[in-house]
Amino acid sequence: MAEYTIKVRRFLPESGEGPFWEEFGVELDPSLSVLDGLLQAKDRDDGSLAVRCSCRAAICGSCGMKINGQSGLGCKTQIGEAQELADKKASALGEAVENVPIVIEPMGNMPVIKDLVTDMESTHWTKIRRVTPWLLPHGEAPEREYIVEPESMIDITQSMACIQCGACVSSCLSMEADPDFIGPAALAKAYRFVGDPRDAETVERLHDLANDPHGIYDCTHCFSCVDACPKDVAPMDQIMRLRRRAGEEGIEDPNSGHDHEIAFVKIIEKKGTLDEAMLVQESYAPGLKGKLKPSKRGLIETIKSLPTIIRALRRRKVGPMKAIPGTHHKLPGDAMNDVRAIYKHAEEHNEEFNLYIKGDEGELAEIEAEEAREDAAEATATPSEETPNG
Amino acid sequence: MPSHDVLVIGAGLAGQRAALAAAEQGVSVGIISKVHPVRSHSNAAQGGINAALNPDDTWESHAFDTVKGSDYLGDQDAIEIMAREAPEEILHMEHLGVTFHRNEEGKLGTRAFGGASAARTYYVADITGQAIMHVLYEQLMKYSEDVARYEEWFCTSLAIDENGECCGVVTRNVADGSMQLFKAKSVILACGGNGQVWKPTTNALICTGDGIAMAYRVGAKLMDMEMIQYHPTTLAGKGFLITEGARGEGAHLLNANGERFMEKYAPNKMELASRDVVSRAEQTEINEGRGFPDGTVALDITVVPKKRVHEALREIVLVGRDFAGVDITREPIHIKPGNHYTMGGVKTDVDGRTDIPGLYAAGETACVSVHGGNRLGANSLLDTLIFGKRSGVDAASRAKRIDYSPTSRKVLEDEETMIADILSREKGSGRRVSEIKLELGETMDGKVAVFRDEAGIQEALETVRRLKEEAATAYIDDHGSIFNQDLLGAIELGYMLDNAECTCIGALERKESRGAQYRTDFPERNDEEWLKHIDLELSDDGPQISYSEVTITQWEPEARTY
Repeated sequence: MAEYTIKVRRFLPESGEGPFWEEFGVELDPSLSVLDGLLQAKDRDDGSLAVRCSCRAAICGSCGMKINGQSGLGCKTQIGEAQELADKKASALGEAVENVPIVIEPMGNMPVIKDLVTDMESTHWTKIRRVTPWLLPHGEAPEREYIVEPESMIDITQSMACIQCGACVSSCLSMEADPDFIGPAALAKAYRFVGDPRDAETVERLHDLANDPHGIYDCTHCFSCVDACPKDVAPMDQIMRLRRRAGEEGIEDPNSGHDHEIAFVKIIEKKGTLDEAMLVQESYAPGLKGKLKPSKRGLIETIKSLPTIIRALRRRKVGPMKAIPGTHHKLPGDAMNDVRAIYKHAEEHNEEFNLYIKGDEGELAEIEAEEAREDAAEATATPSEETPNG
Repeated sequence: MPSHDVLVIGAGLAGQRAALAAAEQGVSVGIISKVHPVRSHSNAAQGGINAALNPDDTWESHAFDTVKGSDYLGDQDAIEIMAREAPEEILHMEHLGVTFHRNEEGKLGTRAFGGASAARTYYVADITGQAIMHVLYEQLMKYSEDVARYEEWFCTSLAIDENGECCGVVTRNVADGSMQLFKAKSVILACGGNGQVWKPTTNALICTGDGIAMAYRVGAKLMDMEMIQYHPTTLAGKGFLITEGARGEGAHLLNANGERFMEKYAPNKMELASRDVVSRAEQTEINEGRGFPDGTVALDITVVPKKRVHEALREIVLVGRDFAGVDITREPIHIKPGNHYTMGGVKTDVDGRTDIPGLYAAGETACVSVHGGNRLGANSLLDTLIFGKRSGVDAASRAKRIDYSPTSRKVLEDEETMIADILSREKGSGRRVSEIKLELGETMDGKVAVFRDEAGIQEALETVRRLKEEAATAYIDDHGSIFNQDLLGAIELGYMLDNAECTCIGALERKESRGAQYRTDFPERNDEEWLKHIDLELSDDGPQISYSEVTITQWEPEARTY
């Protein structure tokens, strides 16, 4: 048991007053959740404190909120940890680390109805409906099940794991700048269909989401949603997969992100390190391999990039030599062989690093090590069986 | 006054399936839920859904396992229907978009589950309920012109016309507190179970037995209310669920001495015996001093290959990490039996019809009965879909046959008065609602749980009746209209107390041990006297007891061993 102060941003719409802060003292085990703390305050002190909640186990998605400024689920955040974070923040600001309250606010990017209850219908659910969130299958259903690659189902299960809590929407910085951005939750939902081999409208979906100015290219890659998501859906990863699929469909990316990505890969494959002088033209007129034979778009984009290039030169982010294509240094000795080995490994394995399936990095390494040990054990066991006299 | 041919109350799997089935019949459908549909508790069903879909498997085998699991209290006609219709329903869900696990050939793959003689559980990692429910909600969004959704509307009472037929429901819009009488030709209750009557429970805070209580209050019969499942693997204290899928994947149960104790209780099926059997085994170990000091035994998942754990038991890796601080891939996790499922409920036939014309029930609210004394793992999702669908179809066909009956506004006025009364209670005039809830939960978990006896149940019943009186004067803090959750909590408390009273009455009445009802004072199953359902009906003196026959088609009761 420990004592905590939770400081809640309250709003009582019938009071005629604006939002206000209220502190509640609660007493509970540090391993219990912030939601448990709120429910204790509600049970003991003020039953009018409004918070949506149901399962208490991070599966219903009701209790999205901001805790010390961080979007997440109240039920999944241990109150002891929330206190540590609050203390850390206070100390970073040079404040006294004593009786620091845990600050709880309603989710962002949504209107507040009452206390911690937000209007998810007008934002979150409207955006979800925007992505045609139902399967559009090929013709008549088969007599039995659709036969699909087992991996494809595991792959989209990551986005199916979304519980529609809105924490990612709450944390989305792009949506703060552009409220019309379809947003992380709805786009992750879209990937659930784009990645589903049973869906017949994948290409149409990709065009739709790419052509919408508030669509897949509106994401700024800031990772906020990945941090906020309580279910490891990693919405930004799903958005990046949509972009990749769009690129594969030949859909033009106004930011040229897909071509840029390919340019990076190609340049490093050839030179071992990044020849920045080649980036623009490789991105817009790929395949010219450093020869100055610019395409129309490559030329236009190069001219458009001139101010950036000049700024980089003036601030010495690049030396003058680096701005001239074809002068980039080669790797010393046989280091290029190592680079090629990395590319070869990546090509041979050709698998996407999916955290949902593999667990975190340490976990993955451990599983691989375990498998390697098993393989080694088998390898040593087999010959001895085959050659009993050897 | 809003009106719909078919009105569904509750939007979990049973409710959403019922609404879609009714809409397919071309009638106007409304679905009302006190929370947003995807918040419903069907989400929590982790492990999977049973069907004899594999060519080597048979529906008879599935049906027999279910009959045996029910300790022969399940109605075999209903169980046959469920087992026969299961394969088609799974395929239907797959066609709608559920991302079921595939085997290497790309076909639907299965896992093993408790009490089953074949691996016939289809699944989506360990989020099966969530995955199916979100796909059904996709369909509700697709068909939003055919099914009107009333999200965050709370039902306070059913409306009954002069002929004793159900003709609507009184609701409160949670967002603004306005009261509405909805007219309907058929009403389907799909409001889930009553787990919140116990503390702790695996059930969500919303599982307060609303549908069971509303039906009971208008005179519908309840059945087998004593049959409450304790799940073998829940986290101590918090009551969170660890899926049976963990044992399906090979996890062991160990006592504090490190012994795999199921060898003593179910030498053949071991950890995969029926839930009542495993829960009793664990409780016996704990009671006889072979548990851990925190009143638990251990579930050892480390024997399952890590990669498989990450692929198939992802959710419980998170539950272990976030809610118990345990990495289940490295060390055993402490668990104990915990309240989980309401086998009893509103008595219905195989088409969801209750005793009251126009009133239907499906899913955990209903007692068809396919689960009898003990539900098999992965049969609950199946129950919701099969009987949700059947209720929807029958409710629609009734709606096509009849006209709306004239509805009196009196029921609406009564409910408004009831709410005004709660709001008018002065602070300090009685106990707090939250205090009464806590006492109720602890009493029921103490006296009406895995092991029961007459003295204990009687004591619980007396407590429940006292709490009922106290609830009549209990006060709340919130007197507003917008999102007044405090008020809804007070109404839910009333529902919970009705559920608790009926469970106590049923448990006192059944003087034998069958399925989840284990009476230490009557430790044997007694088919001669008690192979029958206990029906309860509201009277001025509380629940009135009567009995009904158990339907037996082809499986005569046998001794039950695993």
